[in-house]
Order: sequence, then structure tokens, then C-alpha cells
Amino acid sequence: MSDTSFSADVTIPSDLSEARLIQDRIEEALQSSAYGERDIFAIKLAVEEALVNAIKHGNQMDPDKQVHVSYQITAERFDVRITDEGPGFNPEDVPDPTEDDNIERPCGRGLLLIRGFMTDVQYHGRGNVVSMYKLRNGQEEY
Amino acid sequence: MASQPARRRRLEVEDIGDIAVVNFVDKKILDEQNIQMIGDDLFRLVDELGRRKVLLNFGNVDFMSSAALGKLITLHRKLQGVQGKLVLCKIAKDILDVFRITKLDKILTITPDEQAGLQAF
Repeated sequence: MSDTSFSADVTIPSDLSEARLIQDRIEEALQSSAYGERDIFAIKLAVEEALVNAIKHGNQMDPDKQVHVSYQITAERFDVRITDEGPGFNPEDVPDPTEDDNIERPCGRGLLLIRGFMTDVQYHGRGNVVSMYKLRNGQEEY
Repeated sequence: MASQPARRRRLEVEDIGDIAVVNFVDKKILDEQNIQMIGDDLFRLVDELGRRKVLLNFGNVDFMSSAALGKLITLHRKLQGVQGKLVLCKIAKDILDVFRITKLDKILTITPDEQAGLQAF
């Protein structure tokens, strides 16, 4: 197995199209590192949800605020840390969208998907920093 | 890529009997503006065009985020409200995980292919 690794540290404005460019770069790097399609889908989805949360809910789309993204890809795992400049939040306060009372609510599923697709997810500080990783070829049952 | 997203066709709708079979033009259902327009087009099928049976064929879709799920739930509720039905079919395995993790596979009717979808009404 190759032990090549790739890392990047990027700062973007609160702009979803900039987030897409990062997504594309991460996807290319994962493909270069020969990650499988299933892992790539999971990572892309989790990063998409986390970036949308940071830009929309964290920075409230404020063009004066930025999002910092640092990620690392090794043969074994993908790590990413996303920091926004918003007030943060407590993940415990987010209602469980799988509860009967919430299941038909049209939003609030991003965090659930991040947790479902990544191996581990942690929030830091006031809740404006999320770090997560996924083991390659993760055997977790979704 | 820098061009503004125009008001272009995002769905292809084919009538099979009284069932509106909807195919997505885009492979990725992601961008919020795009999702908003897809939602508007889907809701129009029910609200303005009076369709009561809608089959969404995901055969062309290879990526979808949680932002799109809200539109599907709203469409499901709209159809339930008029004694109609929403059925989803041909969802790629990875995207099926999105429905499983969010447990939406419990409230939405999902079939493996279009034929099974047509028979689910």
C-alpha cells in the first residue's frame, strides 16, 4: 500500500461555490490516493454538509467572515478540520431528525449524515470547530 | 463554470398512465439554488398540474446532500395531503445510505427500479 500523504490548509470566504471548489480538490486527492468510490462518496457528503453548516449556519453567509479548512489524506485515513467565525452551537441542542415528531421536518439532517458517514466527529471550542475523520475502507455499518 | 445558473430544465417528466415519471437532469443535486428550482418544479406538478402519482427516478443521480431531502419530504406531504403518492426508484447504493441514516426510508416508498415503482401505486 502506498504511504503517500496529502495535506492542505485553505481559507475561503463564506461562499458555497468556493466550498464546491474545495470539494473538487478533495475528491481529486482521494482519487489520486486510490480511495474507493464508497469512501469518496462518504467523505464528500460529510464535507459538503459540514461546509454548508459553517457557511450558512455558522457565518450566516457573511462575506466578511471566513471558513478555514485543513485536511490530510494518508493511505489509512482522511482527516478534516473546519472552523467558522460564527457564534458556535451545541450539537446536543439539535433535535434528532429521526424521532417520530421530527422525521417529517424538512431540515436538520446534516449532522446526522456527518456522523453516519464518518468514523468519528468531534466539536470543539464554542462549537464553531468540527474535526472528523474516516478510516479508509471503513467497515462501519451505516 | 462561472456562468450564472439560468432557468434551465432540471427535470424530465414523462406520463405513464396517470403516473408522472420524473427523471433528474443533473447528476449532482447539491447547490441550494438548484435544489430550490427542482423543488419548485416538483411542487408545481402537484399544486398546478394536479398530478397525484409521482415517481421520482434517481437513475441519473450520483450525489445528493441533505438539502434536497427537505424538498422530497415536502413533496411527500403535499401528495399525502391530496390522497396522492410519491414513490422513489433506482437510487444508487451510496445515496440509499443517505435515506437509511436519516430513516427516511421508513416514511418514503423506495423501489429498486422503475417497473417496481410503477407497480407501487
